[in-house]
Amino acid sequence: MSSVHVSPLSTYLSIFAALMVLSAITVGAAFVNLGAFNPIVAMAIAGLKATLVILYFMHVKYSSRLTKLTVVLSLFFVAILFAETLMDYATRGWLNYTPMGQ
Amino acid sequence: MHGHDHAHHPALQHHFSTMSQQREAGVLGMWVFLLTEVLFFGGLFITYTLYRMWYYDAFALASKSIEIVPGLINTVVLIGSSLTMALSVRAAQTNQRKATVNWLIATIILGSVFLGIKVYEYALKFEHHHVPGASFDFYHHSESIGEPLKEPAGGLTMGRDQVQRTTQIFFSLYFVMTGLHALHMIVGIVILFIIAWMAHKGRFDSEYHAPVEMTGLYWHFVDIVWIFLFPLLYLIERH
Repeated sequence: MSSVHVSPLSTYLSIFAALMVLSAITVGAAFVNLGAFNPIVAMAIAGLKATLVILYFMHVKYSSRLTKLTVVLSLFFVAILFAETLMDYATRGWLNYTPMGQ
Repeated sequence: MHGHDHAHHPALQHHFSTMSQQREAGVLGMWVFLLTEVLFFGGLFITYTLYRMWYYDAFALASKSIEIVPGLINTVVLIGSSLTMALSVRAAQTNQRKATVNWLIATIILGSVFLGIKVYEYALKFEHHHVPGASFDFYHHSESIGEPLKEPAGGLTMGRDQVQRTTQIFFSLYFVMTGLHALHMIVGIVILFIIAWMAHKGRFDSEYHAPVEMTGLYWHFVDIVWIFLFPLLYLIERH
């Protein structure tokens, strides 16, 4: 009746191993000069690690579509927070400010 | 039972028809809570991003003053605690009462090790005068050991006063972000103790173990926050 997915032990161990390898790569990559790509690589690896935790440790891969939607929604809300804020702050220096009517 | 002609699981609440419906509602509710948590931390992450854009040199200088090793050890410890948490949920799913309790205790121990290392790191910040406030002095430690600051390749574009002020912003964010994260772990450890006691008392089985599962979701969320904090705070411009 209630069909709860039970992941095999090997899944948890291999996800843990992958997370350890990715942590080592993050530290290694920080010591290589990649210019503007250093923070991008760091965040890409962190995003991949978070995805593995969410899908396998938090079982979202086996959850209902409504739960999956809620997970994506949280990322969508954060994307709005970042996009709208940066649209303001990151563009402030684009033009010289001229007071109205001058 | 309850006037019905068929037996219910004792943990089934009257407003749900089946255990799987009850479980599904619980998982969804937990994720809605985690959504608010994502936005809670999201506010700090956008603040961090803006100040890092404005005072990049200060962030690089300040980040390079932090020891990587304790942070890396804590990364391993916390991801390890996520593994033991996941194994506890799995043990509950498969009716292994003793293993559920033991993996929960392992998670408590690893979480406590993380907090212990965090205390050591905080103590180091006090010692180095890297705690924002009246006694903040970014230069104090490097000057006392006679080691110059690791300046960016193009040299610093700021005077000493500006370095003092802007590195203080980095350390303010360091303490607020790691502090809020640590507070979540302290709350998590308290919950883990309660859940471990309930598991020990035989309150869970393969049909009903929602409290173990929900605690797991919370604990993994805290792990994910650290996965982002570690590179953002410890690993700026290490090359």
